[in-house]
Amino acid sequence: MSNVPADLHYARSHEWLRELPDGSVEIGISDHAQHALGDLVFVEAPVVGRKLKAGEACAVVESVKAASDVYSPVGGEVLAINEALVKAPELINQDPYGAGWIWRLRPDAAVGAAGLLDAGTYAAVADAG
Amino acid sequence: MPFIPHTGPEVQQMLATIGVSDIEALFDEIPEALRVRSLERIPEGMNEQQVMQLMQERARQDGRPLNFIGAGAYEHHIPAAVWSIITRGEFYSAYTPYQAEASQGTLQSIYEFQSMIVALTGMEVANASMYDGATAVAEACLMAVRANRRSNSARILLSRSVHPHYRAVVQAMTGNQGLKLEEQSIVRERGSTDVAALASLAGQDLTALVIQQPNFFGVLEDVDALCDWAHAQGALVIAVVNPTSLSVLKPPGQWGVRGADIVVGDGQPLGCPLSSGGPYFGFMATRKDYVRQMPGRIVGRTVDLDGRPGFTLTLQAREQHIRRGKATSNICTNQGLLMMAGTIYMAMMGAAGLERVASACMARTAELVAALTRLPGVRLGFNGARFHEAVLQFDRPVAPLLDALSAAGIEGGLDLAPWYPELGPALLVCATEMRSSADIATYAAALGKALATVRAA
Repeated sequence: MSNVPADLHYARSHEWLRELPDGSVEIGISDHAQHALGDLVFVEAPVVGRKLKAGEACAVVESVKAASDVYSPVGGEVLAINEALVKAPELINQDPYGAGWIWRLRPDAAVGAAGLLDAGTYAAVADAG
Repeated sequence: MPFIPHTGPEVQQMLATIGVSDIEALFDEIPEALRVRSLERIPEGMNEQQVMQLMQERARQDGRPLNFIGAGAYEHHIPAAVWSIITRGEFYSAYTPYQAEASQGTLQSIYEFQSMIVALTGMEVANASMYDGATAVAEACLMAVRANRRSNSARILLSRSVHPHYRAVVQAMTGNQGLKLEEQSIVRERGSTDVAALASLAGQDLTALVIQQPNFFGVLEDVDALCDWAHAQGALVIAVVNPTSLSVLKPPGQWGVRGADIVVGDGQPLGCPLSSGGPYFGFMATRKDYVRQMPGRIVGRTVDLDGRPGFTLTLQAREQHIRRGKATSNICTNQGLLMMAGTIYMAMMGAAGLERVASACMARTAELVAALTRLPGVRLGFNGARFHEAVLQFDRPVAPLLDALSAAGIEGGLDLAPWYPELGPALLVCATEMRSSADIATYAAALGKALATVRAA
């Protein structure tokens, strides 16, 4: 059973999304995902300013055994990336929903309309394997 | 580790376990229209004796001409120990070191190779080798497009003074991948890239500049000016270098203010015989910042679970067998045997030995140029400083002269007409440490004779 905070939105591809007070959103990968990948050694985040479409592969997380694409749960413009991950990619393993955030986005449309999963639904998806 | 093939009964047992009747059935997803049932146009096989007689007959047709051609592959003395070590079974037949616990020897030799390339080029990290210099340049261009995040144009500047084969291979490999290759002109008198002409591109979005040093004509480019100009435009610098020359020239890691970003070249001069064009090996080195964009195999040094030092393939998540379509390249191998020859050659020669080879080649080529330009109708083609090759300008077509020299057992050089028609009759010549003063005198005499008989057409 992995950790699945109730206050976040999730994608089937194991990304989480947090709505921030200023209308932007923060995105990372779930506890289930970091556990499956193993120790992360490198994170390639999208360039600030890039315009993403919902579902577009825009980042790569690399562990000792695999390099996996990360997909943007919603479309929008990249506002910031987590520079701490350059020196410490393991923050994603240690704190996937906090210090391990990967990028912040200004969404094109209302998050509610994006068809993302709630914590309960995602938890079932994750545990199913 | 011995190779033990599967027996018939073992194969049957495995097929029965997965519920398949025969091995052919495992290929049934290949459409019938694409399947080849038999190879009809292949003639009957020959036995070993017939094959040996055929090959001996062919070998008798090979001459042993006195060779004055360089143009990317150079005849150097290879210490006997290089090939006697390389042909040991442990090196000669060893394959991919994916299983670190069974391949420490191979992995350590590759690590030594990478370390030597880093030292020679003045860069920070090198890979385990590429197929050859030409493909290494193409890979460097693709790498520059990935690594240069400030550029979106995928415009690569390649001087006309870069080896024509390398430019053709870059076009073949990158032409359908959205790269735009733009040829830069050369200054006719010097024989090197026109730095002043680059000014017209200032301020434009350029991804990379490819500089070959020495260039295809043997002439030295103004690498500091070119490197600094490229960096000022936000472009990356790809250096294409001759490894022998690195013992006497400034290494690319020290070009200009920041140094080159990616360094590639052909390792043939390091312990690889000419061998009718190959196999050779390519090398690639770069900054630590770009290591994740570098294609090819990389060996790293590490410690095992018990803390003992060892070597392993590393950063494999970039390679195609793991990353598939998103890999840095489709190369997930290296030119192991030839790279090993290069490593042993470098270890035996050392820095001092490489420098002596380089100096000897420069001296011999200078001697060759002096001897040949004493003949009527032969002039030095370019006035730029040279490494160990030179272009000679003639007052009549070069091809008939080369034929006459060939008949006298001399390969006089490379006729440049097919690639550089704008130069008029021109010949690229090279004299390495293998060419003695007597050889040079023989060439001069034969050319003198040819010039007298093959008068201006």
